Amino acid sequence: MTPFSYQRPERIDQAIALHGPQSRYIAGGTNLLDLMKENVLQPGQLIDINGLPLREIERTAEGGLRIGALVSNADLAWHPQIEQRYPLLSKAILAGASPQLRNMASTGGNLLQRTRCYYFYDTATPCNKREPGSGCSARDGRNRIHAILGASEHCAAVHPSDMCVALAALDARVHVEGTHGKRRLELVDFHRLPGDQPQQDNVLIEGELITAIELPVEGFASHCAYLKVRDRASYAFALVSVAAALEMDGDIIRRGRIALGGVAHKPWRLEEAEELLNGKRAEPECFAAAADRLLQGAQPLADNAFKIDLARRAIVRALTEAAGGTVR
Amino acid sequence: MNSANSPLGKPLDRVDGPLKVTGKACYAAEAEVPGLLYGAVVSSSIARGRIKGIDAAAAEALPGVRLVLTHQNRPPVASYDEPYEDDDAADGSPFRPLYNDRVLYSGQPLALVVAETQALARHAASLVRIEYEVEAHQTDLQAAREQAHDAPAELPEPRGDFDSACAAAAKRVDCEYGTPVEHHNPMEPHASIVQYQPGGELLIHDKTQGVQNCQRYLEQVFDMQGKIRVLSPFVGGAFGSGLRPQYQLPLAVMAALKLKASVRVELTRQQMFTFGYRPRTFQQLKLAADGEGRLRAIEHKAIGQTSRFEDFTEHEVEWSGMLYACDNVRLGYRLAPLDVYTPLDMRAPGATIGVYALECAMDELAHEVGIDPLELRLRNYTDINGNEGKRYSSKELRACYQQGAERFGWSRRPAQPRSLRDGHQLVGMGMATGVWEAMQMPASARACLDADGRLLVTSATADIGTGTYTAMTQIAADAMGLSMAEVEFRLGDSSLPQAPLEGGSATVSSVGSAVQRACAGLRQKLLDAVQQSPASPFTGANLETVEFVDGQLRLKSGEHAVPLRDIVQVSGALEAEASVKPDEKRDAWATGTHSAVFVEVRVDEDLGTIKVSRVVSAIAAGRIVNPKTAGNQIVGGVVWGIGQALHEETLIDHRLGRYMNHNLAEYHIPVNADIPEIDVIFVEEHDEIVNDLGSKGVGEIGIVGVAAAVANAIYNATGKRVRDLPITLDKVL
Repeated sequence: MTPFSYQRPERIDQAIALHGPQSRYIAGGTNLLDLMKENVLQPGQLIDINGLPLREIERTAEGGLRIGALVSNADLAWHPQIEQRYPLLSKAILAGASPQLRNMASTGGNLLQRTRCYYFYDTATPCNKREPGSGCSARDGRNRIHAILGASEHCAAVHPSDMCVALAALDARVHVEGTHGKRRLELVDFHRLPGDQPQQDNVLIEGELITAIELPVEGFASHCAYLKVRDRASYAFALVSVAAALEMDGDIIRRGRIALGGVAHKPWRLEEAEELLNGKRAEPECFAAAADRLLQGAQPLADNAFKIDLARRAIVRALTEAAGGTVR
Repeated sequence: MNSANSPLGKPLDRVDGPLKVTGKACYAAEAEVPGLLYGAVVSSSIARGRIKGIDAAAAEALPGVRLVLTHQNRPPVASYDEPYEDDDAADGSPFRPLYNDRVLYSGQPLALVVAETQALARHAASLVRIEYEVEAHQTDLQAAREQAHDAPAELPEPRGDFDSACAAAAKRVDCEYGTPVEHHNPMEPHASIVQYQPGGELLIHDKTQGVQNCQRYLEQVFDMQGKIRVLSPFVGGAFGSGLRPQYQLPLAVMAALKLKASVRVELTRQQMFTFGYRPRTFQQLKLAADGEGRLRAIEHKAIGQTSRFEDFTEHEVEWSGMLYACDNVRLGYRLAPLDVYTPLDMRAPGATIGVYALECAMDELAHEVGIDPLELRLRNYTDINGNEGKRYSSKELRACYQQGAERFGWSRRPAQPRSLRDGHQLVGMGMATGVWEAMQMPASARACLDADGRLLVTSATADIGTGTYTAMTQIAADAMGLSMAEVEFRLGDSSLPQAPLEGGSATVSSVGSAVQRACAGLRQKLLDAVQQSPASPFTGANLETVEFVDGQLRLKSGEHAVPLRDIVQVSGALEAEASVKPDEKRDAWATGTHSAVFVEVRVDEDLGTIKVSRVVSAIAAGRIVNPKTAGNQIVGGVVWGIGQALHEETLIDHRLGRYMNHNLAEYHIPVNADIPEIDVIFVEEHDEIVNDLGSKGVGEIGIVGVAAAVANAIYNATGKRVRDLPITLDKVL
């Protein structure tokens, strides 16, 4: 870890004003500190945002919820409003990390987790995300855990969050604030594909701070499922995860959402695939068709071809579970 | 003595438990030493080559950095191989840290930065720039198979005629099994504190399984005879990783000598992947049987990886020549040198992987013959170790099979694979046999009864979490007729009586026997002391006619008793030391521990996820000194066996020659959610040959066979044989 300066502002505008090219905001620090210890990140300044007033969960005017960026993952998952109205989000959060990590990790920080690509974490190896232009070691290396969708020749990393997969399915929005004022982004547009700039995980511009996540009114509370497939029963990142949310009318799907984790540089959604669910009877053939459409164009690397078939099966399973009613 | 009040055989809590749970047990990196400096290791990023230059200017320029130690400025060290050959050294030329400019493997320590704080040392280490002359490397065992040579192992000669027996047999299996590299990863990272004494002597706090091994190594390497004492009272797990002195120890010594100051070197978790490990292997098993499943021929050939500087060998294939009755056996073991560090003994070294392959092949043979896998084992049962041609001193494996099968409900196993289902889950049951040695090594112990009647027993052994403190206290308390509270056992100090490395499941057998013998000597001294007085009622008594119970020495006739405390109040403290070697009567016998492991798995038919849902492990290991700590050992072994079967693998990128998942987020071991109730049975096994205690040790046997039982259960559940560990979900999809 390299030496850094440390500030703890108490107002959002102070935090933003402090931010410079060498700065990082720190909240729970569950990922940032690891990255600093490994010298993957070497910020010259840490701006501790834990003193900012961003810990509330409030009703929005339209009836949704606004979640302060500093609400811990644990508090969010166990919040009565989240458990009742947005069980998909609660389940996704609890599928991730460990109780200790969820107690520390913040809502905003969860969005900003870096990939678990082995090469990103090892400074002795080339990695375009860590060191732009140095090359991608994963593409022809150990890539069992890497992307099958939306990757580029420059990067095959996947986004590791479970929470974001549920947020993507729920059409959540991200509130950010920076020197140029406030912005509101769709969560599905917040993370980006690697393209030729894999060092950019998301669309935040320098100094911008996530202040809140907003959930719309519809929470798909009665028919949702989060299925995470991983190499051990807990404390492992997803090989494939599926957030499935359905609005049912008897056994007819009125509206469906599917988001995938563990397969791309961002939570993966596709409207065309979801449209194949709408108005259909909830049965395996319909789910399989949607899965096929969602996975269209998937491109495996040497070690991860299994993910395509696995994702397809996981989507069908998750939609089947969701159609049967949310397991409480 | 073993009276009704004896603690021997009782499931007692660990005597060191309160110290550990209250944080008062002081581990190697925690010793409080004034003026301590901190080292951080700079590791190589290439697998093979030469150091062209080391630019340490940026590190050295930082205030508080005291030294950047490299091969160019280190203190003098021995230049022959012998001084580096420790008690667990492999054949060859041991690795010498900071010896010269050669880079032998990725992760090799190339420099040590010493600074006034740990954080500063690590930061400064990140600023050291090393320029390499890179050479082509090979780290892939698969690609190097053709370059393998015969291992320097003393394999049993082939017996019978494998080829013709195999050709004539009615049933055959011929399979290859692969096992990956695994790293020990004890919870406590390796660490050493070298405390520099005013006279230049070194008092060292180290994480090790053998304080005297480390002491001798350092005395030889640094030519410091008699100037080094090594302490290691508590070890936060080791599993074999502490059998050899690890490189942080000589690095800390070099820095201390150079700076004439006390230095700590603690490895990072990433650096815990930069020394010994379980080697990758490929094993070919050929089994041939008659139509009823009686084994006619066995061939077991293994290829393992080793380094270019040492030939690491373990007992990998021998088990196939001893576990079952078979007249025609051929064993082979080859090693392929790679640009990697030398492998190192890890929990049941050799057996963990060799018995995995054998026991999977036995399952395949059972299927081929069309009989129950347990029945196949029973049809080939033997009380004779075929490799040695000797009868086992005791072998209650049949009882393990019987009691284990009954507890597990083996009779309910579906004979047809993929025929039992519960919702989306395919349910399967598998079993395997386990076997390990029952070794004894020379060991010494001292027993001293002080004037207050408290017994202090000492030996330079280790407690790596296995329960040595507790078991030795029990053995001594039993031998002297004292309560546990009246006895203290001390270990982990090189100045104490000689003890072997703590490994191989031999500590109770070796050190326990020495403790027993030392206590016997002390009993004689106590009797001598009471007989000093002319009017002693013990006049004419001998150790056969007296007993030591309830803190007293008394005549067996019951006429007289005297508290031990009263004797030493008059005589002053009494002391006896004993050295014990394995008894010659062992030579005529084969010795071993055995187990039968039964496992149930549930495999999701769509997603391939595997859950071990039940385990029964029945163990025959002679007398169990403490069923609670012994049970811990078995449970820990079973957990690791499940990890071996399903999770553990150190992934290497062969282009870089470098391990890539070198942290505990990506190197998977089982978590609590992966582990079901584990039912451990210790079957009765009486043995008068192995040692006076009749106790064989349980550190290794718990893991052996578990991975095979899991793999066999997965076959029973899914109908799919996966022959390359770990069995991850993509392999069963």
